[in-house]
Amino acid sequence: MDFDRIKEKLSILADAAKYDVSCSSSGSKRKNTNKGLGNASEMGICHSYTQDGRCVSLLKILLTNHCIFDCAYCVTRRSNDIKRAAFKIQEVVDLTINFYRRNYIEGLFLSSGIFKSPDHTMERLISVAKKLREEENFNGYIHLKSIPGASDELMREAGLYADRLSVNIEIPTKSGLKLLAPEKDHTDFMKPMEKVKNEIIQYKKESKLIKHTPTYAPAGQSTQMIVGATGESDRDIMYSSAFFYKNYNMKRVYYSGYVPISNDPRLPALNSQVPMLRENRLYQTDWLMRFYGFDIRELLNKDFPFLDMDIDPKLSWALRNRQHFPLDINKAEKRHLLRVPGIGLKSVNKIIHARKFKKLNWEHLKKIGIAYNRAKYFITCDSREKELRELSSENLKSIIIQNSQSKFRKKLNNQLSLF
Amino acid sequence: MTEKILKYDGSFKGFLTCIFTAYEQKLKIIQILPQAEDQEQLFTGTHNIITEEQKAQRVLKALKSKASVNGIKKIKYAFLSEAQDIEIKLYEMIRYIFSEKEKVELDYSHSAVLYISKIAKQVAREKHRMEAFVRFRLTKDKIYFAIIEPDFNVLPIINPHFKKRYADQKWLIYDIKRKLGVYYDLSKMEYVSIALPEDIGFSGANSEYFEVGEIYYQKLWKEYFDCTNIKNRVNMRLHVQQVPKRYWKYLSEKSPFA
Ligand code: SF4
Repeated sequence: MDFDRIKEKLSILADAAKYDVSCSSSGSKRKNTNKGLGNASEMGICHSYTQDGRCVSLLKILLTNHCIFDCAYCVTRRSNDIKRAAFKIQEVVDLTINFYRRNYIEGLFLSSGIFKSPDHTMERLISVAKKLREEENFNGYIHLKSIPGASDELMREAGLYADRLSVNIEIPTKSGLKLLAPEKDHTDFMKPMEKVKNEIIQYKKESKLIKHTPTYAPAGQSTQMIVGATGESDRDIMYSSAFFYKNYNMKRVYYSGYVPISNDPRLPALNSQVPMLRENRLYQTDWLMRFYGFDIRELLNKDFPFLDMDIDPKLSWALRNRQHFPLDINKAEKRHLLRVPGIGLKSVNKIIHARKFKKLNWEHLKKIGIAYNRAKYFITCDSREKELRELSSENLKSIIIQNSQSKFRKKLNNQLSLF
Repeated sequence: MTEKILKYDGSFKGFLTCIFTAYEQKLKIIQILPQAEDQEQLFTGTHNIITEEQKAQRVLKALKSKASVNGIKKIKYAFLSEAQDIEIKLYEMIRYIFSEKEKVELDYSHSAVLYISKIAKQVAREKHRMEAFVRFRLTKDKIYFAIIEPDFNVLPIINPHFKKRYADQKWLIYDIKRKLGVYYDLSKMEYVSIALPEDIGFSGANSEYFEVGEIYYQKLWKEYFDCTNIKNRVNMRLHVQQVPKRYWKYLSEKSPFA
């Protein structure tokens, strides 16, 4: 093997792949069969972390950064003057296996620029996965990119080898897509998603009837949207997101703050900041929607199209909906408790458990670990001191921000690390 | 009833044998020590306990009827912490478990229970980290070889993970702190103790010991690691939280050789 050449390719094709934020290796239970190589860890394992705080779990590369398209927001776009490279199929297989055997990675995340045609590209991605599974007896994690416009046949085959498939929708609005990627058609993205969704459903049905149906993309589908490239609102983004969760059974939607890579006048200038706080607020909103029983229309709507950057989206919602509060912590139903600012999923469960034995007061609640400084304005409990609830929402907001400034910042950092 | 100090061979079974003996002979135990820490005890009342499989199994069986799988795992993990006085704390917890009708392994108002769960959590965290941060290097005789130096004795609890995953390659993980390794020879795992050359290191490859391609893969990995970083998003504080500096020595991507 010519290591210098491989090294050069690796640097080009890893660099081009890094804007895809997903590196998750979780959700698959693939076992090591017949004394082969590897298995999937259901929780996923981070083998390292980049300096920007993201988990390194998979070898994330493009097969090639040659591309016939010219999407403005993408470094790989045809008109961009950069070095191009392409891996041979066997080279990707060798790298994956050798990295995996050394315990560097959980598996491979393979994407690609589109060369020749979507089908041709998809076929090559599949060949890599197929080789890994069939020739190397590899049971580690494989995430393949579904190439927009690829045929149903190929998408069906892809899922037989991959643990996860993803199509990055990238631009949350149709108008944005038209502006930045005029050659691409909205439906090209939806078609492979639709196919994969249907196959997953189909296979699940069959596996109930027949014991040993082969698995089909056991870790499901995900997608990614770029945030802050087209002037879209948070509402645009999250409504799209809700649409994908609902209609395509997405496992995850990722939000990726736009990293400036072009001086194209349609895009934010090269020196603009990556909108990391906004990205974080979107993830929080995503969480509220999936685990806290919020309908996205409660959090974002015509009157409120942008998230509040100063405070988290749950607090922001609560301040707009004071009529629901205060809640009696010792009586409120679970679904209502989940809506109290400063009380997370875990705390809710602890509260429900603990209040069976005794009436809870502030001391108990603090021990349970609620964010007291936020929650106290929205609840009552078995303590006599009450908080000043006559305050207007505006006042309350500034008090909370003042009282939790430092903690809030720290929290933010921790939360960023979650994703 | 006089106060006794028990000494055992440092193994988990040895420790369980101590528990058995304490109950059987109705001893009042004030300390349980692994022999390695043997300092001449000037007063009598020190018992040397010989590990007995059967006795250990009986204690384990009794524990299983009084604690959940998780509770027993906690006890094992805490034991592997090798923390000072961990045995006597475990003994306290086990006595509490045996004395109550209900399952009490989650009763954090009991100080030993709380202490043991905290330690067990730390051990679990290191286990997880080691499973992630172990870096194998391929030796000339085709063994994937890794050195570890964990704070806690996690080798016994990480090797099932590696056995499942790397079923088709020979590997050896060696704890240089405890001078004990586990070797997998494609069919079974075995504890081994070997004399390692001093210059074998955590990463990098000495051509004497390692395959020709070994160093290249380490370099390729480092290249990958550097390229996958997004500079506009660097957050070193978070980074050091995620990969504490004491683990950097394991990671070829962090090593200065390349
Ligand atoms: S098709 Fe994909 S790789 Fe090609 S320019 Fe568009 S986003 Fe980039």
